Parts: sequence; structure tokens; C-alpha cells
Amino acid sequence: MSKKYDAGVKEYRDTYWTPDYVPLDTDLLACFKCTGQEGVPKEEVAAAVAAESSTGTWSTVWSELLTDLEFYKGRCYRIEDVPGDKESFYAFIAYPLDLFEEGSITNVLTSLVGNVFGFKALRHLRLEDIRFPMAFIKTCGGPPNGIVVERDRLNKYGRPLLGCTIKPKLGLSGKNYGRVVYECLRGGLDLTKDDENINSQPFQRWRERFEFVAEAVKLAQQETGEIKGHYLNCTATTPEEMYERAEFAKELGQPIIMHDYITGGFTANTGLANWCRKNGMLLHIHRAMHAVIDRHPKHGIHFRVLAKCLRLSGGDQLHTGTVVGKLEGDRQTTLGYIDNLRESFVPEDRTRGNFFDQDWGSMPGVFAVASGGIHVWHMPALLAIFGDDSCLQFGGGTHGHPWGSAAGAAANRVALEACVKARNAGREIEKESRDILLEAAKHSPELAIALETWKEIKFEFDTVDKLDVQG
Amino acid sequence: MPFQSTVGDYATVATLETFGFLPPMTQEEIYDQIAYIIAQGWSPVIEHVHPSGSMQTYWSYWKLPFFGEKDLNLIVSELEACHRAYPDHHVRMIGYDAYTQSQGTAFVVFQGR
Repeated sequence: MSKKYDAGVKEYRDTYWTPDYVPLDTDLLACFKCTGQEGVPKEEVAAAVAAESSTGTWSTVWSELLTDLEFYKGRCYRIEDVPGDKESFYAFIAYPLDLFEEGSITNVLTSLVGNVFGFKALRHLRLEDIRFPMAFIKTCGGPPNGIVVERDRLNKYGRPLLGCTIKPKLGLSGKNYGRVVYECLRGGLDLTKDDENINSQPFQRWRERFEFVAEAVKLAQQETGEIKGHYLNCTATTPEEMYERAEFAKELGQPIIMHDYITGGFTANTGLANWCRKNGMLLHIHRAMHAVIDRHPKHGIHFRVLAKCLRLSGGDQLHTGTVVGKLEGDRQTTLGYIDNLRESFVPEDRTRGNFFDQDWGSMPGVFAVASGGIHVWHMPALLAIFGDDSCLQFGGGTHGHPWGSAAGAAANRVALEACVKARNAGREIEKESRDILLEAAKHSPELAIALETWKEIKFEFDTVDKLDVQG
Repeated sequence: MPFQSTVGDYATVATLETFGFLPPMTQEEIYDQIAYIIAQGWSPVIEHVHPSGSMQTYWSYWKLPFFGEKDLNLIVSELEACHRAYPDHHVRMIGYDAYTQSQGTAFVVFQGR
């Protein structure tokens, strides 16, 4: 049926507000938290978001009659109140699959969080969640290895992985840096990490770091009889340099490299994940810049979306916050998105902030990394919250030990294993945390000193971004 | 910072992965861990190797994995039988999870020398 061209400004809601629409299994669904300018009706705001993030533009244009926009347009199919918030509402929008290039997270985000976020009819806009359809997921590479393969490569079972970031984060020479890596690994850590700020600065060029670190890893492995690794940060100025660093890590026989996926960008990340899959390399993912995007409760992108995007773009480990440490994040919300990193099906559950059922099919899982301001006293809570498929990273909590990093590492390893053993034996580790740690310290002077050193440190600030639930 | 006489020397130790940093478990503590494996629905597996091969991916199976076995005492007697047959070998207990095709847990029960 042909339409007539009628120039002028059109009301969005005539075209993009379709409350009767039943989303298809192949549709990409999104939930936005919208805060409109005063006086603009909800339906008009929601329809504008659907339009501006899909096929629409502010004016009717003649060339849209060359195609059938009914086939391509995004549709707002539901509006919901935000509990306890009168000025904002949720808009649920369905996008036809053909709006997006196969396997391109970059393309999905360019549409969903592109121009629409600057739209004047809106005061704030936040992308709360995306339901990726299986048809799209099957076009993504995902984690280059996944949890199961990573465990098999590292020979670590029945417990979280234990790691730490090398400190001071900036300013060490390559040789001194390798020394700190060696101390941590010989002390009982499984993995150490380049700080995200370490790329290839004048005080320590990347090749020098890679060589000394490789020697440290090899030596610690020989002496302890356990498999060790260090996340060599390959985040670089250009993709070409990134691949050069990755190739060199492989040449040195290293098991794992690292990328910063938001500052580096999704295109670079997906490329590096593909390289890792092809070359049998594990990939650790840092998330610098995420809090700029995800911390404001009414504007930006929720981290659960960024976490889902990373699982599709590719990574074997992703930072998720700690709940108990120095960085933002409440427990239920964190559990909601770590489910989306690790499980094959995650049901809709508003108490965890998940707005949709999300079927991941055969996509491998991603280790949740807890890092930032945590120390031995947090160990029981961390194990209870994150479970075994996690990587717990204690930076200050390792290097700050009065005897040095090796003793700090041993203290953390003893504490971790004592908590795992107690949990398996049926004890309530959070409730009995003090007893469990003090018992373990009887056999470990390193742990006893660590418990004494950090006994007073707490980070008890209220979270800025809370779940929208009636309190 | 001047040298502090309170600083201790941490000597590197060779360990065998999970629970390698804890003192040897009592018999009762080992029972608890095996009971956990059974309660998770994992299959008990016993593996052993000469200490010189402890970093190999594959250790030798003792018999076959005990698929679906729920009898704690039977697993304990098999662990002991393996240890008697290979007294100088490491013997480890694995909880095998067929759903993930991974090991739910794995820890060394007898250390060889």
C-alpha cells in the first residue's frame, strides 16, 4: 500500500508508540529510564526515544517512502512507572534485528545510545537493560575461551582465582616491576595484573615489561609447582600496536593478556578477542571510564548493559566491582549482572535489576573480577557474594603487608582456602567469618599479621545508584 | 623506612593447588569435603601421579570415575586403596561436573614423596 508524501514536522507518537505490538523473539529489546522535559507527555517522549534510536529524524523526509519503514522502525511497546519516582518512567522499545550489523556491538550502541541521548525533549535518559535475541548472540564471538577453558588452562578448580594489581601503578622500571610480579606469584597468587594506566610510558616501555614479567612468571611457576600468569596490558595507541604487543606476549609463552574495553573501544576489543580465540590466549578486561557512563541513576548506561556487551564482544574476565570494597556497587545489582556474565539463562528479576529474560545459549561465561579496596577481612563476604567463578584481586591488601608482597599473597591465599574449606563443610562463612579467619591464622603467621594490619579499614559509604524499588 | 626487626622472611613453598596453603586435613575434614562433592551432584574421581609429574595436565585415573557414586565410605576406601597401591604418589580427589564438563573441585588428599 503506497503512502503520500506530506512534508512537515510529525508527532512521533503517531508512528513509534505502538502499545499493541507483541515483540518478536528476534527483536532486540531495550529498557530506557526516561525523564522528559516538563509538560511533554510520556508517550511522546517514549516514541521520540524509539524514533531517534532507530529510523526516525525530526522531520518527515521524502526518501523514507523509498522503503517500508514499518519493517525497520523501533517501537515503544510499553511504558511503566519507576517505583518511588514521579518524574521518570521506563520505556520498553523493540528493534527489528535487521537494524544491526551481525556481531557488531559498536553498531548496536551507535544506534541505541547515539544521538538520542542529546535529544532536547529529554532531561535525562538511561539505558537500563538490553535483551539480546539469540539470533544476534549467535553472530557474536563472545569470550575467546570462557570460564571452563580458563580453569583447564590454569589448572584451578573449586575456588576463586586469586590475583592482584602491581603497585605502585606508575613509575616502576621494567626490572623492578617484574620483581613485584615474582614476589606476588611465589607467595601464592595465581595471577597478577598490569594496572590499566600501564601501557608503554617512558619509565617502562612495554617490551621491557613483557620480558621481565615473563621471566618472573616462569620462575614462580617452577618454584611453586603451580600455573601462574600475569595480565599483560595490550591496550595501545593503535590497533596495529595492540596486535604487536599481543603477538609478543604469545611469543614469550604467556597465558593471558589484557585490554581496557571502554577506553579502547568495542571495535578494538572485538578484534583482540578474535585474535585471542585464534591464538589460544586468555583475555582479561578492565573497564576504565565505566563510572562516567553508568553511575548517575538517571542518565547514561547501566553497567549491566556494558557487561552484557562485553560478554558478546569478548573477554574471559571482567571487572564488576566488589560490593564490599572502596568502589560503588550494591549487592543485588552486582549479582544481577554477574549472572549475566556467567549463566546460560538469566530470568527477568527486578530485585536484581534484570528487566528481561536473557538466554545466552552456548555463549561461554566470563569470570567476574572483584578488585578495589579489599583485604583479608572481606574474604568470607567476597566468596559468599561472588562464588567460585570469580577472580578476587587484592592490591593494597597484598603489597601493604608488613613483610612484603609474598607474605601478603600467602595471607590472602590461606584466607581464601580456609573460607572455601569452611563453606564446603557447611559453615555459614559470612556469619562465622571472624572465627574462620582467626582459626586459619593459627597456622599462618602471614595471615595473623594481615588480620592485625587491616582490622580497622572499612569503606562504608552509601551507594549513589540504587535499584528502583519501593523502600 | 629503617629496617624493622619485626619483618619476617617468607620462604617460597611448592604447593599442589587448592588447599595447598592449609595444614594437612584431618580424616573428618576430608570426609566433609567428599560429602560436599556428593551433595553437589558431582561424580567423585580419584587421580594419582608420581610427584615428578605433578604439573602434567593428566594424572592417572584410579580405576574409572565413580559416576553417580553417593557412598561416602566407598569413596574413602577407594582413596585409601589408591594410596596403598601407590604410596609414593600424590593422590587427589576430584568432584567432576558433567554439566559444565569441568571439575567442581579438586584437592590433594595424600602427598607422595
